[in-house]
Amino acid sequence: MNRLFSFFQDRHAGLGSILLLAIVLMVVMPLVFDIYRLNLAGRYLTYAFVALGLVLCWGYGGILSLGQGIFFGIGGYAMAMFLKIEASDPESTSIQTTPGIPDFMDWNRITELPWFWVPFNSLTFTIIAVLVLPAAFAFLIGFAMFKRRVSGVYFAIITQALAVVLTILIIGQQGYTGGINGITDLRTLMGWDIRDDSARYLLYYLNAVLLIGCLLIGRWVLNCKYGRILTALRDKEERVRFSGYDVANFKVFIFCLAAFISGIGGAMFTLQVGFMSPSFIGIVPSIEFVIFAAVGGRLSLVGGVYGALLVSFAKTMFAEAYPQLWQFLIGAVFILVVLVLPYGLASIYGRFGHRMRTPFERWLGDRKARSSASSGGFQEPLQEKRP
Amino acid sequence: MSGFSTQELLAIFAMQGFAGVSFFSVLLLMALGLAIIYGQMRVINMAHGEFMVIGAYATYLCSITLGALPGMTDYYLFFAIPIAFGSAFLVGYVVEIALIRHLYHRPLDTLLATWGLALIMQQGFRSAFGAREVSVLVPDWLRGSYRPTMMIDIPLNGIAILVLTLLVTLGVWWFLYRSRWGLRVRCTTANRDMSGAVGINTKRVDRVTFALGCGIAGIAGAAFTTISSTGPTSGSLYIVDTFLVVVFGGAGSLVGTIASAFSIAQAQSLMEFFLGSSMAKVLTLLTVIGILLLRPEGLVASKVRR
Repeated sequence: MNRLFSFFQDRHAGLGSILLLAIVLMVVMPLVFDIYRLNLAGRYLTYAFVALGLVLCWGYGGILSLGQGIFFGIGGYAMAMFLKIEASDPESTSIQTTPGIPDFMDWNRITELPWFWVPFNSLTFTIIAVLVLPAAFAFLIGFAMFKRRVSGVYFAIITQALAVVLTILIIGQQGYTGGINGITDLRTLMGWDIRDDSARYLLYYLNAVLLIGCLLIGRWVLNCKYGRILTALRDKEERVRFSGYDVANFKVFIFCLAAFISGIGGAMFTLQVGFMSPSFIGIVPSIEFVIFAAVGGRLSLVGGVYGALLVSFAKTMFAEAYPQLWQFLIGAVFILVVLVLPYGLASIYGRFGHRMRTPFERWLGDRKARSSASSGGFQEPLQEKRP
Repeated sequence: MSGFSTQELLAIFAMQGFAGVSFFSVLLLMALGLAIIYGQMRVINMAHGEFMVIGAYATYLCSITLGALPGMTDYYLFFAIPIAFGSAFLVGYVVEIALIRHLYHRPLDTLLATWGLALIMQQGFRSAFGAREVSVLVPDWLRGSYRPTMMIDIPLNGIAILVLTLLVTLGVWWFLYRSRWGLRVRCTTANRDMSGAVGINTKRVDRVTFALGCGIAGIAGAAFTTISSTGPTSGSLYIVDTFLVVVFGGAGSLVGTIASAFSIAQAQSLMEFFLGSSMAKVLTLLTVIGILLLRPEGLVASKVRR
């Protein structure tokens, strides 16, 4: 009925809602916010990439990953390694024992750039790494687990454990990774200062464009036949398997796609914030990403974006004013969303949205209804049966 | 390992083994509660670590009130352990009624809701007890160590915790396999609808099981206070390991849980000596994940049909 113009929650994230989001991101926010707030918003939008990935693999694929920070981190670290090598040219690091290597390596008495850092001298390689590494890693994890039919709670716990492993590894191998402080002091990209205002504007827009691009990819994936099968296997995996589909491949694909999108988010995070650290990989950030998707609406592609923005801004505002209250609040929000509003803010719009449509939308909606008989309304998944 | 003589190696293994025993004890107590809950209701309780902290703070409160009484310092732990169990049990009971029972048909969502609960509880501890870690009075008879040879040095509190853990494990075994309650619990696990049909109040069984799991975590907290100091976030340090213990052992199997807690704790403790704690943890977790991929049902597969 209101397939194209339900702005938040439509099964297939209508083009209208993506358009509205694009306007909000590219016109409204740059006009309303000063550059500091806009940079902050840009940072939150990088979380939205991960939330979007979670909407795809959790909301539609039924795969809850508590380790999405891994992929955000891989993307972010790949970008940070490139920027760090550029920042530590022999001249600016001449006071070190070994000039030309990142400062933290020098502090840890490493005298040579480790082999896995060397390829990150090249921007082309770095961009390929940002795009490929998270997905490749996700493929490894996903292939190993889904082929063994590990799913549900087990999968969530194992991905969480992997996030812990990666965090411990990064913190432990200080000489190679920068340890708990992460990779800091990133200033230029190919000689271009990423810290001044014009660069921040440009990066913000690049971020927004990439996000919209990822939304469109996600929408396309859900709209084609693959998306249908994905939803089907979320609701009744056995039946899909007995129909002759190899369920594992479908799951691996959506998990990789989510990782791919998260990796882009991570790289954009590093570019806009100027550092990357293990505190964006472990349990807490990984679960926060899930909060974003849950609050926004796990069945709504754009919902994840709004969720990331809303929760992060609320966090910044509250955590500055009442740090104690914030934890109570976010905990309560989490419980309430799960108990009362399992499909997030988007489902509120889904329930009441069509009453609030403008005449123009109604006209378009009617026209749409006439042209196609199919009604793609908001569909909640079948309830999982109690074991 | 080349730098050590055989005798030294043996001593190292013995001592690291016993260091692992304390870790094993806390891990097993935590995992027992989680395994019972998960085995019966397929609910993963992310706030389980916080229930342990409830027990730890209850012990702390006992230590500054009861323990301060003259002549009680040596014995207050015997009162503190039941109190730790009781307080965690009560909170668990309330949480089940208020939150968990609404989510039984959505296991993944329980994970999220209990995470929210964990955040609230952590902040609650912080508001009530402060962000600084507190430690309890350790009675004299728990200090010191037992030295069978010159090189081996086994702290007494580790032995005490091990004994406590064994007693609790026995208690859980008795409760599950020898009592009327346990029979109902096992019935409900095996076939919920049928159990309801023969007159078992499955909702009440759920409630008691959940509270009991939390209560055992409370005992873990009491044990925890004797080996480490307690802070608001102490529980979250154990939660990932505990989950892996439960999953690795095969959910719903008592023997599997014990075996997996033992192997994880010992592997970590032994490797810690040679590789340092962070690499030991990484290797242990990766090995467990690797084995889980080969055997997703865990060490001891439960015979429950799903």
